[in-house]
Amino acid sequence: MRQVAIYGKGGIGKSTTTQNLTAGLAEMGKHIMIVGCDPKADSTRLILGGLAQKTVLDTLRDEGDDIELEAVMKAGYAGIKGVESGGPEPGVGCAGRGIITSINLLEQLGAYTDDLDYVFYDVLGDVVCGGFAMPIREGKAREIYIVCSGEMMALYAANNISKGISKYAKTGVVRLGGLICNSRNVDKEQDLVEAVAAKIGTQMIHFVPRDNAVQRAEIRKRTVIDYSPEEPQADEYRDLARKVDNNELFVIPNPMNIDELEEILMQYGVMD
Amino acid sequence: MAKERDMVLDQYSSRVYKNRKSHMTQLEFAEKPDEVAANTRAIPGIITARGCCYAGCKGVVVGPMKDSVVITHGPIGCAFYSWSTRRNKAKPSYEGEPNFVPYSFCTDMRSSDIVFGGEKKLEEGIDEIMRLFNPKCIFICSTCPIGLIGDDVQAVAKRVEEKYGVTAIGYSCEGYKGVSQSAGHHIANNGLMRHVIGKGEEAPKGKFSVNLLGEYNIGGDGWEQERILKKIGYEVVSVFTGDGSYETIKNSHLADLNLVMCHRSINYIAEMMKTKYGVDWIKVNFIGVGATSKSLRMMAKYFNDPELTMRTEEVIAEELAEINEDMEYYKSKLKGKTAGIFVGGSRSHHYQMLLRDFGMETTIAGYEFAHRDDYEGRDIIPQIKADADSKNIEEITVERESGYEDRYSEEVMNQMRAEGVELDTYDGMLKDMKKGYMVVDDYNMFETDQLIEEYKPDIFFSGIKDKYAIQHGGVVSRQMHSYDYSGPYAGFRGAVNFGRDVSMSLYTNAWALVKPPWKVTPMIEGTLGGVG
Repeated sequence: MRQVAIYGKGGIGKSTTTQNLTAGLAEMGKHIMIVGCDPKADSTRLILGGLAQKTVLDTLRDEGDDIELEAVMKAGYAGIKGVESGGPEPGVGCAGRGIITSINLLEQLGAYTDDLDYVFYDVLGDVVCGGFAMPIREGKAREIYIVCSGEMMALYAANNISKGISKYAKTGVVRLGGLICNSRNVDKEQDLVEAVAAKIGTQMIHFVPRDNAVQRAEIRKRTVIDYSPEEPQADEYRDLARKVDNNELFVIPNPMNIDELEEILMQYGVMD
Repeated sequence: MAKERDMVLDQYSSRVYKNRKSHMTQLEFAEKPDEVAANTRAIPGIITARGCCYAGCKGVVVGPMKDSVVITHGPIGCAFYSWSTRRNKAKPSYEGEPNFVPYSFCTDMRSSDIVFGGEKKLEEGIDEIMRLFNPKCIFICSTCPIGLIGDDVQAVAKRVEEKYGVTAIGYSCEGYKGVSQSAGHHIANNGLMRHVIGKGEEAPKGKFSVNLLGEYNIGGDGWEQERILKKIGYEVVSVFTGDGSYETIKNSHLADLNLVMCHRSINYIAEMMKTKYGVDWIKVNFIGVGATSKSLRMMAKYFNDPELTMRTEEVIAEELAEINEDMEYYKSKLKGKTAGIFVGGSRSHHYQMLLRDFGMETTIAGYEFAHRDDYEGRDIIPQIKADADSKNIEEITVERESGYEDRYSEEVMNQMRAEGVELDTYDGMLKDMKKGYMVVDDYNMFETDQLIEEYKPDIFFSGIKDKYAIQHGGVVSRQMHSYDYSGPYAGFRGAVNFGRDVSMSLYTNAWALVKPPWKVTPMIEGTLGGVG
């Protein structure tokens, strides 16, 4: 079982990328579980065809500690299983603690079955506190992909997440598998992201072009591979899935300091 | 010079040495005044005897208010371990007055409450309290996780006030704030000043009225002080906060004078009441016969009324006559003995005066959580540099309320000060100690052991954690936080109780009479190498 965590700046397209990527892997015959680690609970919407299930934490709150796995886990497109951690409403409580509680509970309930080829953790935003680092602690996710674009703030975030990873990588088994560029049509985007990846010591594993096919499928609560399998964008996600499946480059990232990062942005970002 | 101190410090690594050196002072009274670093972070690993901010706010300051409910917002442990541990006695003052001191209220925050936030649970808890107990005042005391998850306890308090028309105060007194329980005292003081003091309108009826500040009625100390004050003719408007109440504290600003016992835990209120309402404060000490008499005389001087002065002298004489024989007896038992003392804020100073009544000297003394002014006197305050930890604790400023005047002009005040009235000031502990004595801020067990070894005091006053370790070493130890379930020790009658208890302890020093087995028989066996 490969456990994979997807991080990246808020709004960059982590959930969309994760679900389209897992659809591609499922098409290859892989057994997959997605664990959404975002209080918004929208990490499995495209796989399950809507916000279809109750979150782990809501169930825990309503029904107490004695809950069944079936109550929180549902199967969707191509048999992909989806779980949402959930969390408090904005501005109260502790979402990070919620993720820890939720993942511990999934383990107790036996969600991590041997037939699974992949478990994906779709984690909200930045590694802001210990709770959001849970999926990469204690030998859970061993590989991480960071979704980014050529936009400055996305790369800042990617670099910052690398710092979090390197902290845990030095004492554990977690490694960075690469950057996934979810294109925003920024100038010299591919070159810039590849340069940043090289500097951090990793790779840009795939460049996902911007395509409205994604939006068209999302509106219908489906992934591109599911809704419009013949679209070129579907092939992009199949490509990404194959590259992830075959990936052998797992590194302890070497995050840049701010000056280095600024320099690299200047080099690629300023047009002549 | 400073030999004993060096013997302790020499055993530390250089970094620890440098830090602890500044907190340990062997008094010299030389040209350069003795200094004691205080109110700074304890060194990790040193096993400090300090408490936390929550302990200072809930356990010390607001906990003893009998007609108010204190709810601990957090997991259950903090509520249990801060419940009935201070022995601050309380009983209803009139038929039907509630007494919530024996109770413990807690939201019992669990895992999912932490995740989803605890405000709702807190409000539900308070609803239940209102239904069952209907108190006039509620204090919400936050423990560590509440600060982390950001529950807005002040907003909850506001909603409770609107819903029930009671006073509710939300305290962000999470344990990790500040460097010791001292931060909690300050936070508690701020809340009482903002939300309670000045709310009432009932003026004292007596000619001479006082508040007793920083008296927590451990073992009934406050009751003995009230007995004496009332006998002289004072009206005690309120006590902060031992056997105290919301009902009386809200009128406290109308009293004539504030008497400050524990300077550390309550000086903020004393200062602010002076600024806002013009109420002067005197640093008193009712621990010790001499100290009590001195304090009563200072009060008489302050009011400057011939009849009151005469009555003060009468009462002192009566009280002394009553205890004289007992005092002489215990003095004959205790004279020439020495003591060490390590308590929280002001007791380490106060008890030296009582011990001196029996002819005992205190050669080692220290505080857990004091600030430099508690050692060196308030004159040092302008020189204390605020650090990140102290800046973290809110400092509130108040202004003179219209309609309130100073009782005396500055000129008259200075005249009184010149005559020995400790008016709006405190001179600290050091001045009552002697050359060569050791003062240690924020002791640890190692230093306690070492200093006992070096100074060989006959008795060591401290808390439950060190008591038995010290007694196993053959030195008598008595608890100054709980009085070993005895007391009161304050005032005239309390002094006799203290003399009796200390004599009893010193003359039944069982641990010194026991020879531990390892001093008689070898504990390990071995053979000589190369033999046979």
